[in-house]
Amino acid sequence: MIAEIGHFALVLALCVAIVQAVVPLVGAKRRMGSWMAVAGPASALQFLFIAVAFGALINAYVTSDFSVANVAQNSHTEKPMLYKVAGVWGNHEGSLLLWVTILSLFGFAVSLFGRNLPSGLKCRALAVQAMISVGFLAFILLTSNPFLRLEPPPVDGNGLNPILQDPGLAFHPPFLYLGYVGFSMAFSFAIAALLEGRVDAAWARWVRPWTLAAWILLTCGIVLGSWWAYYTLGWGGWWYWDPVENASFMPWLAGTALLHSAVVVEKRDALKSWTILLAIVTFGFSLLGTFLVRSGVLTSVHAFATDPARGVFVLLLLVLAVGGSFTLYAMRAPAMKMGGLFSPISREGALLLNNVLMATGAATVLLGTLYPLIADALNLGKVSVGPPFFNAVFLPLMAPMVMVMAAAPMMAWKRGDLAGVWSRLKFVAAIALGTAAVVWFLQGGSAGPWWTGAGFALAVWLGLGTLVDLAERIRLVQAPSEALGRALRLPRSAWGMVLAHFGVAVFIVGLTASSAWTSEHIQTQKIGETVMVGGFGVTLKGVEAVPGPNYSAARATFEISKNGETVAVMQPEKRTYRMPPRPTTTAAIRSGFTGDLYVVIGDFDPKGGYVTRLYFNPCIPWLWVGGALLVLGGLISLADRRHRIGAPARGRAATQAAKA
Amino acid sequence: MTRKQRRLYFVLLGMAALGAAVALVLTAISDSLVYFYSPTDIVSQRIPEGRRMRIGGLVEEGSVKKDGKLVSFKITDITNTVPVAYAGILPDLFREGQGVVVEGRMEKGQFAASEVLAKHDEKYMPKEVADALKKSGQWNDGKSK
Repeated sequence: MIAEIGHFALVLALCVAIVQAVVPLVGAKRRMGSWMAVAGPASALQFLFIAVAFGALINAYVTSDFSVANVAQNSHTEKPMLYKVAGVWGNHEGSLLLWVTILSLFGFAVSLFGRNLPSGLKCRALAVQAMISVGFLAFILLTSNPFLRLEPPPVDGNGLNPILQDPGLAFHPPFLYLGYVGFSMAFSFAIAALLEGRVDAAWARWVRPWTLAAWILLTCGIVLGSWWAYYTLGWGGWWYWDPVENASFMPWLAGTALLHSAVVVEKRDALKSWTILLAIVTFGFSLLGTFLVRSGVLTSVHAFATDPARGVFVLLLLVLAVGGSFTLYAMRAPAMKMGGLFSPISREGALLLNNVLMATGAATVLLGTLYPLIADALNLGKVSVGPPFFNAVFLPLMAPMVMVMAAAPMMAWKRGDLAGVWSRLKFVAAIALGTAAVVWFLQGGSAGPWWTGAGFALAVWLGLGTLVDLAERIRLVQAPSEALGRALRLPRSAWGMVLAHFGVAVFIVGLTASSAWTSEHIQTQKIGETVMVGGFGVTLKGVEAVPGPNYSAARATFEISKNGETVAVMQPEKRTYRMPPRPTTTAAIRSGFTGDLYVVIGDFDPKGGYVTRLYFNPCIPWLWVGGALLVLGGLISLADRRHRIGAPARGRAATQAAKA
Repeated sequence: MTRKQRRLYFVLLGMAALGAAVALVLTAISDSLVYFYSPTDIVSQRIPEGRRMRIGGLVEEGSVKKDGKLVSFKITDITNTVPVAYAGILPDLFREGQGVVVEGRMEKGQFAASEVLAKHDEKYMPKEVADALKKSGQWNDGKSK
């Protein structure tokens, strides 16, 4: 019964969304206030219905109602409660329902908090949001209904893929979706602005907190996913340039560019049509990401069992949304007045340069991701584009971007002074080059890859450059006694920028060190045998069988010693789940400042001992710290009072609602 | 700086970035494209040794031999088979009779794999493997999904 209520609520939501997509637009065109006012209540109603549907599906999972096909395929009575709930979005149908739930939540948030928005802009934006809703609700109802019944219901379900039964993965998809869907706000406001034919600083002040909130959530989602892949897949890697990873990375790149160009619109009233374009592109990438994951056109570790009808449907949505908005853009953007002028050497100029580099980077990732599809369509053979391509193309584009990143915050708006910036940064440059030399020496010259020095130099340049900028802002050298007071009075958005940029520097250290100096040891280890890894002695003490809630595990015990002293005990597991019957690997990781010791237990070797895989991954924790700093910087910036002028605390409210 | 000049700056910047990207792509793509072959392709075509490639098919029943960390097995599309050698721990989902994709190089008639990819979802057959099986006429729709 509850499942039918959920199904029915979805149908009602679709009806409401259709009304919300049409009536306010007509009202705004003909200046009929009552028609425009439909948008607000409609978005609340739409959210209510979708929330009911989502609640009904969660209920079916929690109560293990196996008469619902979706539950029977993806859940099991033995599963712990966390994964029963997380299982709701661990499959195609449920994750799409989560998608529209978040979408309608954002729409509802606009109507709730957008009282002081210009009414035309607000109702148009809500109408555009509703159009996206219509597309996805129709998609769910026509091709991916999660409420279909099974007759007769099975006694128990198939269970959730064990590799997904992990806390990291329980929260990875919702965060990713909150990010993806959050960019729909920027998109809706961009389309609404095109329809109105007006973009101004107030528009940017509205779009910025939303974009920032979406960006924070997407960053969280990507870092969580990467962390999960690192500790659960047992390969010791954290990024594979897999199509689905790229699918989340492209909107992140475009969203980061959008975040920065929206600042220019707000402060200087320039780069308006570029910002609109970025808003469209960012959401376009989010849709493309959804398409790539859902259609299974690309071979990826993430691909779900696929159905061609679904792929075609999402492709159609993508073409309509992106094609339609580009057409509108081409018609309306040229009429948009260019705002404040600036010289190429200025903060606007530097932001624009980095915007262009980011966009180009996103374009190369797009090309690499879609190339196998293109090649297959043109009969050029079946190819895969792997990490070497992305490393050779994407990273060189990011190097100049990082160089500009340190200098840009020091430049004045409108007309900057390159000589002044250089005089502040020349010591940083000297230290960066010195670091490169030291790194080169420490790794034994050409014994390691050539680019490690460059990576460390860039990290030092950006990290120190950011700190120098902070010191100047609080006049640490000129007036040290007042520096603390100044630091406390510094706008939060400035702190956010400093933290986020510093986070990128920390991240670059982790990226460089872990890609260059990972040491891997694979061998057959007998009980009591010691292997040296990264300066640690790793001794296999024994392997025992341990029962888990819905699996049984072989747990190995390793003793870790350094300089003859035992420092830790590590216990990796090889688990075999009962339903579905499938083995998974649980690595044991010991994190330290210089890196992670990463231990995996493999199969029993009939000749005695076990196959073990031991890694020392240098500086991996730096990646997570860097990611955390990005998120923290974003959050602090979001709390800036200036972000609330004309848009009080909306972004934050959305974030909190998302967390609840 | 006038509007016209700024537009010119904008366009030049975009062109420069795109030009750099195109140059990078062109230099990288020929070296880093990894072509996919079926076992039949390997047997019937003369494929240069030493080039990085992927092979996909089914793991032949009874062909997996483990010697410590060294593993050897055969990949088949039923019509033809290719012997594969691999050093390392196999993915959890690696099993005889199931779809697999390996990446590596041909060395003296044997495929030296540096990576073995088995998918995380048993229902899922890598598209290339499905196509390879279809090509060799061994595709069975009922069995796979």
